[in-house]
Parts: sequence; structure tokens; C-alpha cells
Amino acid sequence: MNDLDKFREDTKNWLDKNCPPSMRSGADPTIPVDEVWGGRNAKYKNPESKIWLDRMGEKGWTMPTVPKEYGGGGLTKEEVKVLNEEMFVIGAKSPLLSFGIWMLAPVLLEYGTEEQKKEHLPKIIKGEIRWCQGYSEPGSGSDLASLATKAEDTGDTFLVNGQKVWTSYADKADWIFALVRTGPKEPKHDGISFLLIDMETKGVTTKPITLISGKSPFCETFFDDVEVPKGNLIGELNAGWTIAKKLLQHERAFISNFGLAGAVAGAGSGRDVVSIAKKRLGEENGKIKNSFYRSEIASHKIKEHAFGLTLKRAGDEGGKASATASMFKLYGTEHNKKRHELMVAASGVDGLAWDGDEFDENDKNLTRAWLRTKGNSIEGGTSEVQLNVISKRVLGLPTQ
Amino acid sequence: MKLVLTEEEQFLKDTAKSFADERSPITHFRSLRDHNDPLLWDQDLWNEMTKLGWPGILIPEEYGGSDFGITGISVILNECAKTLTPSPLFATGVIGAYSITNFGTEEQKQKYLPKIVNGELTTSLAIDESSHHNPANTEIIAKKEGSNFIVNGKKTFVIDGASADLIILLARTSGNKGDMAGLTLFLVNSDSKGIDKIKLDMADSRNYANINFSEVEIPDSNILGDLETGGETVEDILDIGRIAMASEMLGNAEAAFEMTLDYLKQRKQFGVLIGSFQALQHRAAEMFCEIELTKSSVMGAMKAADEGSNELQRLSSLAKTVAGETLHLVSNEAVQMHGGIGVTDEYDIGFFLKRARVAEQIFGSSKYHTERYANLSGF
Ligand SMILES: Cc1cc2nc3c(=O)[nH]c(=O)nc-3n(C[C@H](O)[C@H](O)[C@H](O)COP(=O)(O)OP(=O)(O)OC[C@H]3O[C@@H](n4cnc5c(N)ncnc54)[C@H](O)[C@@H]3O)c2cc1C
Repeated sequence: MNDLDKFREDTKNWLDKNCPPSMRSGADPTIPVDEVWGGRNAKYKNPESKIWLDRMGEKGWTMPTVPKEYGGGGLTKEEVKVLNEEMFVIGAKSPLLSFGIWMLAPVLLEYGTEEQKKEHLPKIIKGEIRWCQGYSEPGSGSDLASLATKAEDTGDTFLVNGQKVWTSYADKADWIFALVRTGPKEPKHDGISFLLIDMETKGVTTKPITLISGKSPFCETFFDDVEVPKGNLIGELNAGWTIAKKLLQHERAFISNFGLAGAVAGAGSGRDVVSIAKKRLGEENGKIKNSFYRSEIASHKIKEHAFGLTLKRAGDEGGKASATASMFKLYGTEHNKKRHELMVAASGVDGLAWDGDEFDENDKNLTRAWLRTKGNSIEGGTSEVQLNVISKRVLGLPTQ
Repeated sequence: MKLVLTEEEQFLKDTAKSFADERSPITHFRSLRDHNDPLLWDQDLWNEMTKLGWPGILIPEEYGGSDFGITGISVILNECAKTLTPSPLFATGVIGAYSITNFGTEEQKQKYLPKIVNGELTTSLAIDESSHHNPANTEIIAKKEGSNFIVNGKKTFVIDGASADLIILLARTSGNKGDMAGLTLFLVNSDSKGIDKIKLDMADSRNYANINFSEVEIPDSNILGDLETGGETVEDILDIGRIAMASEMLGNAEAAFEMTLDYLKQRKQFGVLIGSFQALQHRAAEMFCEIELTKSSVMGAMKAADEGSNELQRLSSLAKTVAGETLHLVSNEAVQMHGGIGVTDEYDIGFFLKRARVAEQIFGSSKYHTERYANLSGF
């Protein structure tokens, strides 16, 4: 048996012993399902969610490629593939959803000091600290570099004043990674720093914003004379823009997976456009009965297939990620929006159910999910901004 | 299945690129068209392609070929398409070579394959009988008489039909129009008695013909594959053709896009380069994404063909659909973004528009393949 086979065997055994029954496919549907984001104030409806997170966190398998010294799994790429395959076989749930993992950790690894990595990475990996992203401000959305929240050097600390907005889960997060202006006289891109701030610090407050979906996953975040230790600066002073952009690439790469992840998860779960259409519009000889819907759905499925092959090709080519992250973000999110539009349309009026006992839980969830997708092409840089990036950076088109 | 070219395939692609740039820039095609060339491809250029071994790429070594696979031949067609290089490579090097290699008897292989390899023999596939691709609608009848079949009827829009030496003919030996069963493929010499080739003058200035068959005698031994199973056989051949054509169409789209990008970076209006207008930038960026998706679709289909994947049919329809839609978009936008010069005959971009629309129809349009994709996917 070679090392990889041995690893597979061990992994299989470990998962068998450690992945709780309700965290696998075929779980008892009456057990409540948690969206596990971790953090100091995490609450679990199902205690097995916590057990699963702790066990995976202990192994470092929530970030399997990160070196062990930072709490990661220390696995090779091939081993990670095996781990994913074995988790897929038993339908193991991902133990942790985390902005820390998707966005912050990769740039900490690249730009953090040894001390910063040792301090923050293990807590991200174990899900002990939940992070939020403090980029956007009321006056600075697409034009992010115009941001005004300022951090003044007072000797031992930075004194932070200003406001962030659209901060997803700020009211639930423990820490925030924020872009702040430290060089008010420098050109706008050269006066920004990347700062980590504990949300429990005096002067930090949040106020939830309700979305069209009826949920309030994000907040306004205020900073009033917030004192932040200087050791919380990542990278050099005034060199935060480079880090900020790097983080956005990781974020975009992550968001673009929505285009497919939803489609894969959807199959069989009822949240799949073909099964919805067959059920609601009728089926004849295995075909969706209404030919207008059928042709639109077929075109959509073809695009989905082509997009999946493109993600695969990018992986096989060895990831020239920076050139393609914008394309994937753009395509993945626009595609996800279209998929939800089709599901809602194929569901008829039931696809617009909001509340009450007359409606199926699935339909009510679909309505909210559909509304949520409208944010996909705004968060992490709008579709128009992605088109700008492609025009300028990939195609080399001139600026005026 | 890894969606990257092997070293060999990359080498073929690079060779084809220099060949197309040096030996057949778009001026070559333009001059054939301007002189109303009877073949609409150039014999000398075909001889050069033959020397490079291209007609034999799908043919096994024992018959003189190199057996480099569908991906190999498709990347060559992709590069040649960038300069609109006309040649018999598609109808002969893909369709003819694939059909006879995979379905021919030993005798047929020995008779035809070496001649394809050395460029002596060109082929064409005669399937359609009306303005829309649909093999099941074959009506032309091959009637058994003794050890011969007698064929009467008409085939339309036969690629390279005006010049090909050998016709691969799809005819009905039983059943009715609309049935895939009851079809048979035949190899027919194009100079057989009773064959009348009528050259077509099409928008893209390529070699096509309608072919009339009147009391044409075909011996038993010229059946390709098995009697009555020609429907399945021809679908297999067509799927390979669709993939190769999708690769060609990708090349057309890439080139038209490249020319347009160049123009956006050089044409000035209002005192600035037109490429700095966001209205044009975003459309260019969208085309870039569509082309990337097309590359992946074509790559997936080529690799599936070489690996004999059971996803081949679906991927072939996927590739033909996506390539058709992308080329449609790019050929229109390319003309528009060139302004007035884009609609002049003198400027090359219009050639891509005309080629695009014809290629979109070859072996089934995007609509045809979207429907086929849905059927194959179970919805
Ligand atoms: C669900 C969701 C979650 C989010 N989570 C976070 C978070 O956790 N942290 C955080 O910091 N931010 C978050 N955001 C904020 C998000 O990054 C911003 O909304 C986004 O960058 C757009 O900024 P804006 O809302 O100010 O829109 P604007 O920039 O004002 O844009 C308005 C419109 O103008 C267009 N536009 C702007 N500039 C250009 C241009 N140059 N060319 C062409 N068109 C242009 C835009 O595309 C858009 O259509 C979130 C947003 C959403 C929807």
C-alpha cells in the first residue's frame, strides 16, 4: 500500500468513527440543521454540529492545506483530494462556514507576521473566532479605494473613527478585518491600511439592516474613538490596498462557486430547476411538457455544463486564478441568479410564497433564496466592476 | 479526463498556427473567392498540408497515418479557421478518415486510407435532403437489385461535394422518413454513372454541392458498416464532425474577437481610443467570457471523443451549441464594433460573419443541439 492509499484508509476509518450520523447524508430529517459559523457566541440546535466542528477543527481539516504549526491539516494537495472524496462518499457536511477561511486566512498566510499567523489562524481553523469584512462604506462601494474610515497613529495604538456598511454578520462576528485610511495626504490607493479589530473593543457598535428577503444578515458598523493595538496591522502601513485586492480575489473565487455549488446541491433535493419544472408544468415522455420553459431550461443547463467545464479546465491548467477570478465571479453569480429566476418562474405563484401555513416550506425558502441571489452580483464587487476588471486587466483596453 | 492539451497536441496546434499565418493568411481565401476558383481551395496548399501529415491524423499507423486523435485534428482546424483557411481537411481528414477507419472493412481500409493519407483522395458526406439538418428525414432510397443497390434521389448541401472523389452516402434501405432505423451508409465514387454534382454558390464561398443520383449502381461491397444500422453509424460520425466543426468555429470566434480588440485599441473618435468607451468594453469582456466557456466545452468534447467517454453525445451537442452561440454573438459584435468599415467587402471581418452563419448550420444548429442535449439529459 502506498502512502496515499494508507492515508485514504486512515481517513475513511477516522471519518467513520468521528463524523456524527446527523452530519452525513441520510440524516434523520427531524433533527434541526445548523448553519455553523462558529465564534464566541455560536449556538447550536443540534449538539452534533458542534461535535463535528470540534473534531474537524482539532484535525485542522477545515483548512487542510495550512501547515500544522498554524493549526491546519498540513496535507498535500493529493491528500486533500482524497479527504474530499471520502467526505463526499459519506455525504459529510462541511463543518464550518467562515469568512476567516474563505478570505482572511489566505492573506494572513501571505502577509501576516509569524506572530499574527500563530495568533489568528488556529482560531479561524477551529471556528473559535468568527470574522466579518469591513470594506464598504456609505460613500465607498465600487469605488472602494475612496474609503474614509480613518485610523490615526497615537503612539501605542491606532485611533479608529468612521463607518462601514453592508458588513455581513457584523452583529454576530467576534472580529473584523477592516480597511482604514492611515495616509490622508497620500494618493487614495497609497493611504490605506489593513487592520484587524476585536468587535468587543469599546466604541464598536453595529446596527442590522433588513434585506428584501426579509432577513438581516448584514449591518452598519460604527467606530467611535476605537483604540486598536498597533500589532493588529497586517503588512506595512499604507500598503493595505494590495492586500485588500488579494483578499477580493479569494472572495470572488469563493462566490463564483455559487453558480455550481447550488446546482450540485440542488439535484435531488427538490431545489433543482428540472425537477421543479417537471413537477409543476407536467412531464410527457420524460420531457418537460411546456416547450417554452423546456428550451429556456435546456439553454441554461448547457451554460451550467460549460461553466462547470471551465472551472475544471482552470483547475487542470494549474490556476491562473488572478486572470479568471473576475470572470468566474461574474459568470457564477449571474448564472445563479438566472437559475433562481427559472425555479421561481417554473413554480408559478407558489414560487413567490412568503409566509403562512398555506405554503410549503420549500417554496417559502425558495422565494427568500431567490431574493438573496440578487445580492450575489453586488457583493464582492458588482458584475459591472468585474466587467471593468476584465476589460482593463485581461483585455488591456485603454482607460480614458 | 484532464482538460488540457498534451505536449503532442500543443505541438500540432503550434505548427498549424505558423502554417496558417505564413502559408494561408486571409488574403489567400480572398483571392480564391475573387477568382471564383472552381474548387474554392488550393491544390498546392492541400499538398503542403498532406506533407505535414494532416489528412492522416485520425488514421492508424498501419495505413500510413499517425493516429493522433480527435483532439489533434481539431486543434489544427481551430488554428486554420483563424485565417479562414479553406481545405478538404474537415470533410476528408475528419469525416472520411474517421468513417472508414472506424466502420470500413479491411478491404475498404486498404483501398482508401493510404490514399487519404497521401492526399490523393478526398471525401464528402451526403446526408441532408432539405434546408435543415436532420439525418432521420432521409428519403433517398437504395433499392436492392441482385448484388447491387440502385439509388435515386437528391442530397443537398454536401460539404466539398463539388470536388470530392468519394461520397459517403446515407440512404434508406427500409422504413420511412423520420425513422433512424432502416438507414444504410454507402461509399460511392463520385464519377459513377448517374451522379450529377451541382456546385452551390454560398455566402461563405466554400465548396458545397447538391448531388443528384439517378439509377446509380452501388455494389454490396460498398456498404460502410452494416446494412440498416447506418443511423447509429452516421450519428457517431456526425458527433466527431460536430466536435471538429465546433473547434473550427471557436477559431473563427477567437480570430474575429482578436481583430476587434485590435481595432478598439487603434481607432480614435472624440479624441480618444474607442476601446476606452465602457459601452464597448463591457461587451468585449462578455465576449471574452463566452469564448472561454466555448474553449472548455470544445476541450471537454474533444477529450471525451479521444477517451471514448459515454458522455460523448451530450458533449458533442454541448460543444456545437456553445460554439454556435458564441460565434453568432462575436461575428455580429465584431462587425458592429468596426463601424462602417465592418460592412465593406474590402475589410476581412465580414468574411467571419458569412462563414459563421454557414458553420452554425453544419450538422445541426444550436437549436437542434439544444433540443438533442435536453433529450439526452432526460428532460
Ligand atoms: C449580500 C451582500 C453582502 C455584502 N457583504 C459585505 C461585507 O461583508 N463587507 C463589506 O465590506 N461589503 C459587503 N457588501 C457590500 C458590497 O461590496 C457593495 O455593495 C458593492 O461593492 C457595491 O457597492 P455599492 O453598494 O456602494 O454600489 P455602487 O458602487 O454605488 O454601485 C451602484 C451601481 O453602479 C454601478 N457602478 C459603480 N461603479 C461603476 C463603474 N465604474 N462602472 C460601471 N458601473 C459602475 C454598480 O455596478 C452598480 O450597478 C455586501 C453587499 C451585499 C449585496
